[in-house]
Amino acid sequence: METQTAQPKIVPAPPGVEGPGYFATSFDKAIGNAKQYSIWPLPFATSCCGIEFMATMASNYDLARFGAERLSFSPRQADLLMVMGTIAKKMGPVLKQVYEQMAEPRWVIAVGACACSGGIFDTYSVLQGIDQIIPVDVYVPGCPPRPEQIIDGFMRIQDLVHNEPMRRRNSPEYKALLESYGIK
Amino acid sequence: MSVTVDYNRVTERITEKFGTKVHSPEQPYGMLTIRTDRDSIIPLLQFLRDDDEMQFIFLTDICAVHFPDRAEKFEVVYHIHSFIHNLRVRLKVSLSGEPKIPTAVSVFKSANWMERETYDFYGVIFEGHPNLKRILNVDEMTIFPMRKEYPLEDNTRTDKDDKMFGRINVNREN
Repeated sequence: METQTAQPKIVPAPPGVEGPGYFATSFDKAIGNAKQYSIWPLPFATSCCGIEFMATMASNYDLARFGAERLSFSPRQADLLMVMGTIAKKMGPVLKQVYEQMAEPRWVIAVGACACSGGIFDTYSVLQGIDQIIPVDVYVPGCPPRPEQIIDGFMRIQDLVHNEPMRRRNSPEYKALLESYGIK
Repeated sequence: MSVTVDYNRVTERITEKFGTKVHSPEQPYGMLTIRTDRDSIIPLLQFLRDDDEMQFIFLTDICAVHFPDRAEKFEVVYHIHSFIHNLRVRLKVSLSGEPKIPTAVSVFKSANWMERETYDFYGVIFEGHPNLKRILNVDEMTIFPMRKEYPLEDNTRTDKDDKMFGRINVNREN
């Protein structure tokens, strides 16, 4: 009798045509499948949500399980900008510059009430949500959100990365979106 | 140094030197507060700093207060500290008309940033300041946000519900 050993879970293959010695699928699906498990996040942590992110990265919650153990501290190699914390108006141009330095395709996740909407800081010095200066893909609510919520938000990003057509970034809609933020 | 330097002695020394230019000494919360006018504040700071007996050599803070209902709408407050006697003194100047006052940079170098902050938030002009521009707020800001006529809230966000955020007078003209 064969002994039962724990097999590592392998990502299922995308739908396609399979036969002896070949497997055919579209580039979009194969590459999307690979990309979603190799996202390099850039943490932009300015306050308490950043502390929750540290817990998310550490061994208990372990974002590495999602293929994101390699944090990129240079925006030029990052795929995902994770904005965690209050962004003061004076920090706004800095955040925008970091976003502009990222190469396409790039995604943005706004973690916590402050990054989403300014949160409790309903005041003249605080940016009322980072979507006023850069486009945001996923919003994670909470003040601060628990690591589970951040992971859930990250998985929504994985869905986007997985399903996004490779030509989306060249589409006129996408260009118009960036245009509306004044980003080249 | 035979005389003990305490608040009574400080008041005595200042009054002796400046006479009627300083007035209403009081001690709210146990801290000596003396009022003066915009022409005497710099000589007064200079005197307190250079006097061998008192040696108020440290400028703790400069800030302002806005009283929209008073005739003298702005008040500039100086906190100075004498390490050697462990004494702190508060100096207040009320400003009528244009909020203008001479800079204290010639006396205390550290006044530079404090005055920029006070200008940033209250729009008090420190005449003779080497670099009077905003220090904490964004350069594009057109208001002096700590003045009472400006609302605390940022009104660029239109989807914030008054019921949830307790905003009042949101549509008040800036």
